[in-house]
Amino acid sequence: MILIDSIKTFGEYLLLMKRVIAKPERWRVFFRQMLHEMYQLGVNSIPIVLLISFFIGAVICIQLKLNIESPWMPKMVVGYSTREILILEFSSSIMCLILAGKVGSNITSEIGTMRVTQQIDALEIMGVNSASFLILPKITALMTMIPILVIFSIAAGTGGAFSIGKFTGIMTPEDLMIGFQYEFQQWYVWCSVIKSFAFAFIITSVSSFYGYRVTGGSLEVGKASTNAVVSCSALILFADMILTQLLMQ
Amino acid sequence: MIEISSIYKNFEEQAVLKGITAVFDSGKTNLIIGRSGAGKTVLLKCIVGLLDPDKGKIKYDGRDIVTFNKKEKMLLRREIGMLFQSAALFDSMSVLENVMFPLDMFSNMTYKERIKRAQFCLDRVNLLEAQDKRPDELSGGMQKRAAIARAIALEPKYLFCDEPNSGLDPQTSLRIDDLIHDITKEYKITTIVNTHDMNSVMGIGDHILFLADGNLSWEGNKDEILHTTNETLNDFLFSSDILRKVRNMAKK
Repeated sequence: MILIDSIKTFGEYLLLMKRVIAKPERWRVFFRQMLHEMYQLGVNSIPIVLLISFFIGAVICIQLKLNIESPWMPKMVVGYSTREILILEFSSSIMCLILAGKVGSNITSEIGTMRVTQQIDALEIMGVNSASFLILPKITALMTMIPILVIFSIAAGTGGAFSIGKFTGIMTPEDLMIGFQYEFQQWYVWCSVIKSFAFAFIITSVSSFYGYRVTGGSLEVGKASTNAVVSCSALILFADMILTQLLMQ
Repeated sequence: MIEISSIYKNFEEQAVLKGITAVFDSGKTNLIIGRSGAGKTVLLKCIVGLLDPDKGKIKYDGRDIVTFNKKEKMLLRREIGMLFQSAALFDSMSVLENVMFPLDMFSNMTYKERIKRAQFCLDRVNLLEAQDKRPDELSGGMQKRAAIARAIALEPKYLFCDEPNSGLDPQTSLRIDDLIHDITKEYKITTIVNTHDMNSVMGIGDHILFLADGNLSWEGNKDEILHTTNETLNDFLFSSDILRKVRNMAKK
């Protein structure tokens, strides 16, 4: 029964995506919407991305210093490992999990409220493809903004690690800098960006799907938001596993 | 003109519409009345194409929308204006932007022309002073007027109103009714209003359809409705003590 329901839901999701990925009726209106969404979903997420990344970067640095310190271990390993963790997993996958909570619930509640207050019906009555009008700008906007958020996250995390080393004295900035620069692989940053594109698509499309199919009232909108965040998180982790396997081989 | 013939609609086992046939003329305010659950909203949704009837024909000036594909339906909808029960204004836009929205999407007007047209529509519903406000800053009646302005922005041929007076005080309801009636006459629109407000029935009912249990139980106009012998309709019309007393007094 659960399997049949899941297949049915996936089918509904695909049908919605078929409607979403359509040529916008008015490019002018589409770009205006997209800019608005870039601000709402992307620019408004920058503070939380910077804040969380800064502290996580610092915490990773402290944990590594405390747990792998050994006379046999070069001092630069802490900086090196912090950088790798931030670039390979934290700034793409974990940051997108956090964004799934912030952006995903925001999208679901916005579209869900539009559904229950008949605003989506109003769009349909006007002859507007409501799915494409509402969802496509969100998908393109977050996919445009996500590389910037990933880069900001990497920078803030590295900054956090550097600050903790400098201001608490647990590491010298020089040792950290050597670690940050040691064996740097540009491809890893690209992997992070590529993964984040997929996660941005998952966050926006899945959250929109849950919002778009809401029936009932505010209680159902709340439930849909919760379900959207749970589904996005699970899908991000699943996609992370597959993409990491594909990209890092 | 909109013609519907033998419209049937079931939801699972339950038959909601049982073969409704009617003609809605242009330039007239056509009212669909009936108790809650009589099938009014389902009928209106079928007529505007938000629901597909199980059986029957719905013709807009001879064009049967039941046979239309999605694209044809979308094109037809650009000729439709609709006033929803909740007004359904877009929260993220100002009143002016709400009225400009259909013009932005479907007209080839310049920006200045679009603003001019939107302001004209807002002026028509006496709401020009609220053009910069957000929908949540407006009263229920003002929201309905803004929604009417948005509905007429593209000069529609057909106007649908779902419970336009719900949640409004009697005076504001009268103003909304008058506005709908005036606009219908002025632009020769085919207007269908879904209501159970007796003031609307007596005020603007050029053509009235009474639905009961998914059937068309009575059809007529506001002058004929008071003299009807249809018992179900009489029960519906005079369900309040005051109205019953008024009727008895009139009879005496």
